[in-house]
Amino acid sequence: MTTAEKYVTAAYLVVLAVILLYVVIYTFKLQRLEREIAELAELAQRKKAA
Amino acid sequence: MSLRNNRLGVLALAAAALLLAGVALAFYWAPEDADQGFSQRIFYIHVSVALTAYASFGWAAWKALRLLWRRDERYDLESYTAVHVGVMFGVLTLVTGSIWARISWGVWWSWGERQLVLFLVLFLFYSAYFMLRYSTEPGPRRARMSAVYALFGVVLIPISFLAIRLAENFIHPVVFTREGPQMSGSMFFTFCVCLAGTLALAGSLYANELLGKRLDERLRDLREALA
Repeated sequence: MTTAEKYVTAAYLVVLAVILLYVVIYTFKLQRLEREIAELAELAQRKKAA
Repeated sequence: MSLRNNRLGVLALAAAALLLAGVALAFYWAPEDADQGFSQRIFYIHVSVALTAYASFGWAAWKALRLLWRRDERYDLESYTAVHVGVMFGVLTLVTGSIWARISWGVWWSWGERQLVLFLVLFLFYSAYFMLRYSTEPGPRRARMSAVYALFGVVLIPISFLAIRLAENFIHPVVFTREGPQMSGSMFFTFCVCLAGTLALAGSLYANELLGKRLDERLRDLREALA
C-alpha cells in the first residue's frame, strides 16, 4: 500500500467512524427514551390506581 | 407515524446504498487523476461533505428565517437540528481536507489559504451557536436569538465558497469553474453519487435527530403533566 493509498483510505474510514459513532450515540439516546417512556407509563398506572 | 418512519427508513437505506456505491466508484471505477494521482480520490468524499455542511447551514438559516417571519417556535428546533448536522459535516470536511492537504502539500493545515481559514471561521461560528443557545433560558427569546445567529452565519457560506475564486495565489485546487466541472464524465458521475449519498445521509440524520428531540420535548411535557 502506498502512502497516498493509506491517507485516502484513512479519510474514508474517518467518515465511516463518525457515522458509526453517531449511530452508537443515537442508540443510547433511544434506550434512554425507552426507559423514560416505561417510567412515565408506570407513573400513569400508579396515578390511575390511586 | 408509521408512514413517516417508513420514509425515514427508505431515506437511511438510500443514503447507505448511495454512499457504498460512491465509495466503490471512487476506489475502483473513477480514473486516476493525471496531476494528483491516487490522492485525488479524497475529492469525492471531501467536497461532498463540505457541500453538505453548507446545505445544512443553509437549511438552518431558512428555518431561522421562517421562525422570525411566522413566529412559530417549531422552526427553532428544526433550525437547531440543522446546525447540529451541519457542524458534524463541518468536522468531517476539516478532517478529510486536512488529510488531503497532508498528501498534496505536505502539511496538515495552511493558514495562508483563505478557503481553509474561512471554512474554519464558518465552522467555529456555528460551533459557538451551541454556547449561545445553552447560555440562555429556553423560550421565545432564545429561539429568536438563535435564529438571528443562524441567519448571520449563512452570510459566511458564499464568502467561504467564493474565497477560492477570489484568491490570486492559491494552492487549493479549483474544479468547478464557469466552464463547468474540470473533470472527466466518470469522475463527475462518481462525485454526483457521493454528493447524493452525503445529502441523503444528512437528510436522514436531520429527520432522526428532529424526531428524537421532539420525542424528548413531548416526554418532558408528559412528565410535567403527570407530576
